[in-house]
Amino acid sequence: MHLSNALRAATALSLIMVGAAQAETITIATVNNGDMIRMQGYTDDFTAKTGHEVEWVTLEENVLRQRVTTDITTKGGQFDIMTIGMYETPIWGANDWLVPLNDLSAEYDVDDILPAMRNGLSHDGTLYAAPFYGESSMVMYRTDLMEAAGLEMPTAPTWQFIREAAAAMDNPAEDINGVCLRGKAGWGEGGAFITVTGNSFGARWFDEDWNAQFDQPEWKAALDFYVSLMNDYGPEGYATNGFNENLSLFNQGKCGMWIDATVAASFVTGDDSTVADHVGFALAPNAEGVEKRANWLWAWALAIPAGTQKEAAAKEFIEWATSKDYIELVAAKEGWANVPPGARTSLYATPEYQEVPFAQMTLDSINAADPTNPTVKPVPYVGIQFVAIPEFAGMATEVSQEFSAAYAGQQTVDEALAKAQAITNEVMEAAGYR
Amino acid sequence: MATKASRSAARLMMGPAVILLLGWMLVPLIMTLWFSFRTYLPLRGGDQGWTGFDNYVRFVSSSAFWPAVQTTLVIVLGVLVITVCLGILLAILLDQPMWGQGIVRILVIAPFFVMPTVSALVWKNMFMDPVNGLFAHLWRFFGAEPVSWLSDAAMPSIIMIVSWQWLPFATLILLTAIQSLDSEQLEAAEMDGAPHLKRFFYIILPHLSRAITIVLLIQTIFLLAIFAEIFVTTGGAFGTRTLSYLIFQRVLESQNVGLGSAGGVYAIILANIVAIFLMRIVGKNLDN
Amino acid sequence: MARAVTPQRKLINTGLAWAIGLLIFFPILWTILTSFKTEAQAIASPPIFLGFDWTLENYGVVMERSDYGRFLMNSIIIAGGSTILGLIVAVPAAWSMAFVPSRRTKDILLWMLSTKMLPAVGVLYPIYLLFIQLGLLDSRAGLVVVMMLINLPIIVWMLYTYFREIPAEILEAARMDGATLKEEVLYILTPMAIPGIASTMLLNFILAWNEAFWTLNLTAVNAAPLTAFIASYSSPEGLFFAKLSAASTMAIAPILILGWFSQKQLVRGLTFGAVK
Repeated sequence: MHLSNALRAATALSLIMVGAAQAETITIATVNNGDMIRMQGYTDDFTAKTGHEVEWVTLEENVLRQRVTTDITTKGGQFDIMTIGMYETPIWGANDWLVPLNDLSAEYDVDDILPAMRNGLSHDGTLYAAPFYGESSMVMYRTDLMEAAGLEMPTAPTWQFIREAAAAMDNPAEDINGVCLRGKAGWGEGGAFITVTGNSFGARWFDEDWNAQFDQPEWKAALDFYVSLMNDYGPEGYATNGFNENLSLFNQGKCGMWIDATVAASFVTGDDSTVADHVGFALAPNAEGVEKRANWLWAWALAIPAGTQKEAAAKEFIEWATSKDYIELVAAKEGWANVPPGARTSLYATPEYQEVPFAQMTLDSINAADPTNPTVKPVPYVGIQFVAIPEFAGMATEVSQEFSAAYAGQQTVDEALAKAQAITNEVMEAAGYR
Repeated sequence: MATKASRSAARLMMGPAVILLLGWMLVPLIMTLWFSFRTYLPLRGGDQGWTGFDNYVRFVSSSAFWPAVQTTLVIVLGVLVITVCLGILLAILLDQPMWGQGIVRILVIAPFFVMPTVSALVWKNMFMDPVNGLFAHLWRFFGAEPVSWLSDAAMPSIIMIVSWQWLPFATLILLTAIQSLDSEQLEAAEMDGAPHLKRFFYIILPHLSRAITIVLLIQTIFLLAIFAEIFVTTGGAFGTRTLSYLIFQRVLESQNVGLGSAGGVYAIILANIVAIFLMRIVGKNLDN
Repeated sequence: MARAVTPQRKLINTGLAWAIGLLIFFPILWTILTSFKTEAQAIASPPIFLGFDWTLENYGVVMERSDYGRFLMNSIIIAGGSTILGLIVAVPAAWSMAFVPSRRTKDILLWMLSTKMLPAVGVLYPIYLLFIQLGLLDSRAGLVVVMMLINLPIIVWMLYTYFREIPAEILEAARMDGATLKEEVLYILTPMAIPGIASTMLLNFILAWNEAFWTLNLTAVNAAPLTAFIASYSSPEGLFFAKLSAASTMAIAPILILGWFSQKQLVRGLTFGAVK
């Protein structure tokens, strides 16, 4: 301990003597999503501009969450930058575990960050993580199949229309499913999807006194609708399908519609897709007469854990990775359709980007999402497809496991809802909310 | 037999191993016990003080507890039965004269070298995927509806994956044991015209009993702790949540270290019950 | 020792054994084959077995994306280091248990095995906090020690059962001849025990190589072994079967090759005293 103090003092001294521009090596934990892998490829650009080196720790989403959460709660100090989401940021920020990003440079233009994203990544008005990319959810559909079915997708469809369209496009003989939706257990997978579906049927996780609401008719309506839609027109084994599985199905031409993250738009219109030329976009649906749509809001963002020795270098990296310049760098090298979307207002004002087919719909979807008022009825929480309390991830995963069992036909919707109600109330009691 | 000097030398030699393991066991055990009596919520400011037996009561009274115990036992038992039965048959087969015995043996033991994470990923994606998996292709080829393995038959699927990983280990130990069987004894029985089944039950099986014991004991220790296979394939859904997975959910997903630690204590108790049970049944085989 | 059998019988044995062997090996073979396909061929329907355009593209992508050499090196150091350290601790213990047994020997052995039953995830936080205190996070030394401790019970037991097969008469004869303890261990026991030690080393190396909880949770950059390498390919956006297969092949190939070359050793020593 004494030694490390002495070292720290020495480092501080040398910083003063040499000046601020000292080359460091920063360690970044990130998720293995396409946009982040691309960012790793451009590390050299960052090193050339600042002199700092980067060590990447790339992990799949579940392992990453487990890894960074353990490290931040124990103050392990293994990482200088962590890639976290809109769920973690306000909770960690409230615990003072993250370095506030309130002194970013003028050219970074923090006001350019989309307001929805900035709000979601702040706690008490202080920004704690900079969005690398942001997303909402929307309908992606096959224009050719819709045309063949003689239907036209409205820009703002209802669930009833989605069911109608699914029935029209469903074609088992051709191996085409009417609609592909997430059913996989996990709060960030099927849990997120059924929560926004619930919102669009007027359901909510909690009333204002933190009582679980799974015993309410709105949840039953939402779940009944989802299960019957998927059983009739969904793919085989949809109870284990998450984002990846559905993306692959859609790209192979096996789905008429897919309602999922807006970032998927660049994949289904990209090189790996066999249906790239026949994809249309629409706002996420709502049930007839319900004001809220099934729009979620999410951002993968970069945050600096409090206590890192390399805060200055880490900030330089964040300013680089989430800057307008980075977007232009990617656009120049790989085209505008491949830039990280959903983070900056200026991106959607760029004429070249406005020509990207999904740009406007992505922006509209993000703007349609309101984390402080996720449902029709009032709620005591912030967050749309999640509830921003520390207990949520665990209990929502268990709840979504019960739902997935219902999707697989291993229990009825009523049984699943009853169990969800019990699990949720149990957790909330243990945590002292009720 | 042993002199006093050699006894104290022996104690000295055993020292490091015993002390190290004692430390490795006691330090985490004491910390687990300590945390299990505390409200320890990392995301809510950490250690919030003494809570008595609350965590223990809560863990056991959760609706997930008994199903998790049952799942754990079913997986352990299922894998043990499959690996031991198939292992015996395979060992007998591999003991027969044949061409290319060495290569066949290599093929059979290969799964043992594969990381559990990798094997779970390969099975899940490339075999059990209901659309692109090899099984789905096979089923469709025969005109059958592809099965959604990891939701409709989640437990059998996991038992199969784990059995595939452990079959080589069982086969290897059983094969070594069979090879040590006196072939004259067998030949004599063959001459006497003893039928195959009789030979198997009266000569081979008794000879293997000790090896079977070893397989049961070692595999049980490893199987009680399987985690990666479930984490990768079902994430604990569809009735595949074992006790260690439940603890994982409490500690890491729900971020309740106190509750998870209480679960850890239960898991140790369960493991020891299984171990004692196992010793009672098969322990005699270990004595010389 | 091969018993004489009719050629027909041998043919049947051979056919059956090869069929079963290939069936068991098939998932690995399929993974290796898939790693040489393009992504489109990897999910082609109907599946393609051999008639595809072999490509090294996936390996290229994986090599470019991650520093495979470093992960591999860490795996070798951690598995190898823990094996050597484990032997240093276990050989004397197993020796004394085997040759100077007391009433408690069996109890100690069973107790050692029981330490393996503490569920790893239950003690993640305690161990993580301990590692922070000791400054061992993301260090190879820390992982070497943890892997050694995890496998120590198995090593001790395996060596103990192996040592016990060594006839005590030989030792007594040596003692009569006036051999000292040191000579006894060095010139008589060690040569006889080498096959057992070799297979113990192999088993331990395999177990340490494949351990995926501690190696993943206690490392970041410097000590991350191949289990962490796999975690960066396991569920990307989209189904990249071919790249996943390439990464999987790269993670298991070294240990598979080692296992194949040494399988005779492994078979000979992997008895846990089951052979009498």
